[in-house]
Amino acid sequence: MIPELGQFALVLALCLCVSQAVLPLVGAHTGRRDFMALARPVAAGQFVFVALAYVVLTQAFLADDFSVRYVAQNSNTELPVAYKVAAVWGGHEGSLLLWIMILAVWTLAVAAASRGQPAEFTSRVIGVLGVVSTGVLAFMIFTSNPFDRLIPAAFEGNDLNPLLQDPAMVAHPPMLYVGYVGLAVPFAFAVAALLTGRLDKNWARWTRPWTVIAWLFLTLGIALGSWWAYYELGWGGWWFWDPVENASFMPWLMATALLHSLAVTERRGIFKSWTVLLAIAAFSLSLLGTFLVRSGVLISVHAFASDPTRGLFILMLLGLISGGALLLYAARAKLMVAEGGFRLLSRESFLMANNILLVAATGAVLFGTLYPLFLDALGLGKISVGPPYFNLVFLLPMLPLVLLLGAGMHAWWMKMNVSALVRKLAWPAGIAIALGIALPLVVFGQSSFMTAIGVIAGLWVCGAALLDPLRRLLRPQQGMRLTRAHWGMCLAHLGVGIFILGATVTSAYNVETDRGVSPGDRWETGGYEFVFRGVRDVPGPNFDAVEGEVELRRGGELIALLTPQKRVYRVQQSPMTEAAIDGRIHRDVFVALGDSLGGGAWSLRIQVKPLIRFIWYGCAIMAFGGLLAATDRRYRHVPERAASSPAVGHRAAGEA
Amino acid sequence: MTPTRRRRLLLIGVVLAGVVVSAVLALRAFQLNLQYFFSPTQVAEGEVGDARAFRLGGMVLEDSVERAEGSLTVNFIVTDYLHSVPVSYTGVLPDLFQEGKGVVTLGRMDPSGHFVAEEVLAKHDENYMPPEVAEALEQAREREQL
Repeated sequence: MIPELGQFALVLALCLCVSQAVLPLVGAHTGRRDFMALARPVAAGQFVFVALAYVVLTQAFLADDFSVRYVAQNSNTELPVAYKVAAVWGGHEGSLLLWIMILAVWTLAVAAASRGQPAEFTSRVIGVLGVVSTGVLAFMIFTSNPFDRLIPAAFEGNDLNPLLQDPAMVAHPPMLYVGYVGLAVPFAFAVAALLTGRLDKNWARWTRPWTVIAWLFLTLGIALGSWWAYYELGWGGWWFWDPVENASFMPWLMATALLHSLAVTERRGIFKSWTVLLAIAAFSLSLLGTFLVRSGVLISVHAFASDPTRGLFILMLLGLISGGALLLYAARAKLMVAEGGFRLLSRESFLMANNILLVAATGAVLFGTLYPLFLDALGLGKISVGPPYFNLVFLLPMLPLVLLLGAGMHAWWMKMNVSALVRKLAWPAGIAIALGIALPLVVFGQSSFMTAIGVIAGLWVCGAALLDPLRRLLRPQQGMRLTRAHWGMCLAHLGVGIFILGATVTSAYNVETDRGVSPGDRWETGGYEFVFRGVRDVPGPNFDAVEGEVELRRGGELIALLTPQKRVYRVQQSPMTEAAIDGRIHRDVFVALGDSLGGGAWSLRIQVKPLIRFIWYGCAIMAFGGLLAATDRRYRHVPERAASSPAVGHRAAGEA
Repeated sequence: MTPTRRRRLLLIGVVLAGVVVSAVLALRAFQLNLQYFFSPTQVAEGEVGDARAFRLGGMVLEDSVERAEGSLTVNFIVTDYLHSVPVSYTGVLPDLFQEGKGVVTLGRMDPSGHFVAEEVLAKHDENYMPPEVAEALEQAREREQL
């Protein structure tokens, strides 16, 4: 009976969604205040019913209600409670419910935070979000209902995919979805502005914090996914250019471009059409990502059993939402008049280069991801595109991007004094070049051209990012004040620099071997000594494991006892490798247990990965910088018409 | 032509040259990294042709996995139940590698008709059946019925 309540709640939510999509938009168009006033209550109602459905599904998991097909497929009585709660989004249907739930939360947040904005505009924003909710909710109810009954009920559930029974995997989908879905908000703002016919600095200022928040969750979600792949998929890589990874990475690239383009639009009232286009593109790519992951066209750990009607439905939704927005964009093109110009050497130019390079990188990744699908759809053979392609086409635009980044952060708006910029940045540049060449040689005893370039780029970005904060901290008497947004900008770029250092060093100096070992064997890898003690059986809550014991030693001293496991989850009888990692800030030692080779011998994969943690620390710092920027004062207290004053100074940095 | 214009033209030229060089490099990288997928039947019928690396996919034949004691080298047979290809691989196998289950390997044929895998891919859907392998099996079955 209770699952039917969830079903009922979903249908009611759909009804409210339709009115949320129609009434406020009609009201804003015809100027009917009563219709516009409905926007907020209807959005709140939608949230209540979606949340009710969500709670009902969670309850079904907690109560082991295997008469619900989705629960029977993704849970089991032996599953630990925390994973039962997480199993709600462990499969296709439930993850859609999470998607729609998160969209409802975003809608509610927009409704609550937009009190100071014109009712007409807010109604349109909520209306557009309602259109998106309606599409996705209809998709869920008609093709992937999580409350479908299983008759007769299963006696025992099929268990959650063991790959997903992991703490990082519990947090990864919600984070990613908050980011993915959050891009619907800048999209809705852009469409609402096109409908209203007013694309001004206010619009950019309202959009910016939402974009930053969506972006920061997307950053965290992708980083968590990468971390999970690193230790849980078992083979020590941190990015595979898997189509599913690309599906989340492309919206991230677009959102990053959008952030920077919005900065220009807010400050200078230019790049408007471009910003609108990016907002549409970013959300379209996250819908495309949903299509790629959920339609089963991809071969991947995420590719759930395919159902062509689902793919078709999402494609239609994508066509309607993105196509509609683009049509509107074309019809309103004449609205987007620039409010000023800029010189070739100015912050605007740097940000334009940022946008072009990020879009180029997105295009190249998109091409490599979709081309195999097109060939397959046309029956021209099955191909896949190897990671070296992606590495190259991604690095080609990224290298100039990070080199320009350091200078762009310190460039002035409108027009700048080149010699002042050179004077300011000569020191960081010199230090970055000297250390970038010397450090790898001193620490690792060898270097290559590409390694030096990577380390220089990383240090250069870190140095440029730290310049203003350091001056503020070291010489407070100079009275330079930094806004919170400026701190955020510096930190986010520092995160980029740290990420580059981690990615470069770990790719260049990673030591990796597979070897067969017997109990008592000693060997050396990457400057560490290892001793294999043997394996023993250990029971787990819902799995049985074989656990290896490997001593990690340096200079004869025991540093850590690593215990990699090979688990077999009882219900699905699927084996899982649980790697053992000794993680320090400067390096990880990674040991994974392979197969039994007979006679007590086992195969082991051993990796020593210097600075790999910098990759995820860098992402976390980026996200934290985003948080600071999004909570800047000027977004919290909005003075009337503040942004329309031409506050364009020649200050070195100002509010970025 | 004024100096400003000349400078602008130069800048545009440099940017264009950069774009062209990048595009050429990218397309070259793209061509070099295309990996074709073939089933054992396609291999048997000589569709592979040149010596480039490709993906071989099918089922791991039951009771075909052999390894010398203590060695990291594994031999097994990949089949679509119409034709088979012997495969050898040195290294740690992924979790989902099992006899009677689907597998996709990346590598090249040696002159004796042996497939030397550099990589055994662990990507599966929840039915342990990579979609490409499922289709290859389907095609082999259809052909058998003809």
